[in-house]
Amino acid sequence: MRWLLVKDLQILRRSPLLVGLLVVYPIALALMIGFALSSPPGKPRVAFYSEVPPGKGKINFGSQQINISNYAKDLFQSIQPIKVNSRNEAIAKVRNGEALAALIVPSDIPSEIQNLVQNGVGNPTVELILNSKDPIERQFVDQAIKARLNDVEQAVSKQVLHVAISDLQQVLNGGTINILGQNVNLLGLRNSRTIVQGAVASLPKSSPVRAALEQVVVFANLAIEGLGFASPVLGSIGTPLTVDQTELAGATTPTNTYAAAIAVIVSLMFVTVLLAAGMLALERSENAYSRLVRGLVSPVKLLSEKVTLSAGCAAALTLLMAIVVALFIHLDWARFPLWILALAFGGLAFGALGVAIGGVAREVSAASLLAFLLSLPIAFIALVPATAVSGALKTVLDVISFVFPFKPALQALGNAFSGTAPGIGWPLVHLVLLTIAFGALARVALRRFA
Amino acid sequence: MSTTAPTGRNRASLAVRELTKRFGSRAALQNVSFELHAGQVVGIIGPNGAGKTTLLSILAGILPATEGEVTRSASALGWVPQQPALYRKLSVAENLRLFARLEKVEDPESAVERMLAQTGLADRGDEEVGKLSGGNQQRVNIAIGLVCEPPALLLDEPSASLDPRQRERLWEFIGGLAHRGTTVVFSTHNVAEVERYADRILVLVDGELLFTGTPAELEQAVGGGTRDLEAAFVHFLHERGH
Repeated sequence: MRWLLVKDLQILRRSPLLVGLLVVYPIALALMIGFALSSPPGKPRVAFYSEVPPGKGKINFGSQQINISNYAKDLFQSIQPIKVNSRNEAIAKVRNGEALAALIVPSDIPSEIQNLVQNGVGNPTVELILNSKDPIERQFVDQAIKARLNDVEQAVSKQVLHVAISDLQQVLNGGTINILGQNVNLLGLRNSRTIVQGAVASLPKSSPVRAALEQVVVFANLAIEGLGFASPVLGSIGTPLTVDQTELAGATTPTNTYAAAIAVIVSLMFVTVLLAAGMLALERSENAYSRLVRGLVSPVKLLSEKVTLSAGCAAALTLLMAIVVALFIHLDWARFPLWILALAFGGLAFGALGVAIGGVAREVSAASLLAFLLSLPIAFIALVPATAVSGALKTVLDVISFVFPFKPALQALGNAFSGTAPGIGWPLVHLVLLTIAFGALARVALRRFA
Repeated sequence: MSTTAPTGRNRASLAVRELTKRFGSRAALQNVSFELHAGQVVGIIGPNGAGKTTLLSILAGILPATEGEVTRSASALGWVPQQPALYRKLSVAENLRLFARLEKVEDPESAVERMLAQTGLADRGDEEVGKLSGGNQQRVNIAIGLVCEPPALLLDEPSASLDPRQRERLWEFIGGLAHRGTTVVFSTHNVAEVERYADRILVLVDGELLFTGTPAELEQAVGGGTRDLEAAFVHFLHERGH
């Protein structure tokens, strides 16, 4: 087997273009996938026009003022705004494709909010104009803006409630409020009650005023009690629901680490499968297979050599890739031996899959094409989130993922990189079983190989 | 199929007894028996589908026989397939060295030097095989079959893709091998080549060995008077209803 390995390495050394493509293409593809997975979604370009004149976005409420213009910056966290000067200009930006949507804030929105807050009547509305050419983009922009508008809506509500509670507290306890630039002292219900109670006590019991003042004290007691309850109730409406998040599945792989594992395993898969399939098919294309297996090398040894060659080359390449990736994102260096183990076992399983493909396809070009066509969907099927599909389809995808090495290799490397669930034991056993199964399939395919 | 080593009593270099090969219900070879001696050059001729390549493939160990016996194990015979079976990205010397090592030749480097000298490619040992002419590739192909110095060499249509000049040089080379005692068995469609270079011919038709003898004996078998061996061969087939 040693001499076959030497021969194959000599052949690879003399095929620099092939080797270059074999290395560069999967790494480029893997990095793109990794980058896409680890990057947050981009901000859609949205034309933004506010009809509210500068300085007119203030809403007076009780003793305080809310400036709704301050909330625009929250909205801009989710979008890339293109500020325009008219409604027509905003629509034009959407029409010519410069913006994916237009968001128009009408001039009456402060008064509508003011009416709603003060009188419970009003319908503050913003206008959203979407470009309907691309339904996926449309959905993306729609969700991004609506989610952020909802945040703004909640923030304004919270602020209004905060002002209401603050004023209520002053009605209860007294304090200082600013009216038209002048500080005015408020007595407050509690202080008023104390004063009235003092006055009642100083009056003779037969005084006719006493009975009237005692009614005022009773009212003050009731009001204090009622308003005392109202403050925490209003406060709880301001933050109606607090989310206490608990992870039942234990620690999960960090997104960056998961993306790195995907990038490395995609590379491992492409290099190993293409190399194993191509190098086995090459034996037939060169007519050397019949010469080799007439007693010089057994078919099993030949398959083992191809699997070892492809797994060894790909594992070395992807280990180097993982080391480079680890310079930029956090991977657990203490588990480095497990990186090697995961890549080696993954490489062997992918190599066995590769020789099965090479054995079935028999021609180098057909083997390469088949390896490529099979590898991509295997990877994508394994990456489909379980919650993204229906139950029956999920079962089908799970079965497909189970019979190919991508998912267990990804689980093994994900664990090796970060030590998170699932453990590395079962994925490695799974990879060994797949190596044996695909090796056996390749051996059967060799019966019609000569 | 079983294989036995030739004994002192049986001085044949290669003996085949009752060899049969069936693919499903179709018999590709039926009870084929013959003996070949050291230094003989033997041509296997027959129409398309006669079983020539099947016979050579069984002798070479690529196909298993359904029944029958061959006195030499396949690994002891040199095998030269019709299409050059070598690695075009490797040099001539690297191809020879690889197969010498796989054949477990004691001194691979000496074997490489010897084969380069025998094939007349000593000055082209470092060239990639893919850059050689078809004739030179065929010489390397044959050299690989000979690298373990087998007592018999099996060639499947060795001159099929060669021009006349390359063919001439090939047969000179094969003649030299036979002169040194190697038994050479080749299949061909070119009856003129058999007439010129073979000591003996085997005529295979529909998997049956219908004739074994010298070219002159085949001509006599059809009554003589034919203008050449090809005419005698056609007449022979016609007489037997083919």
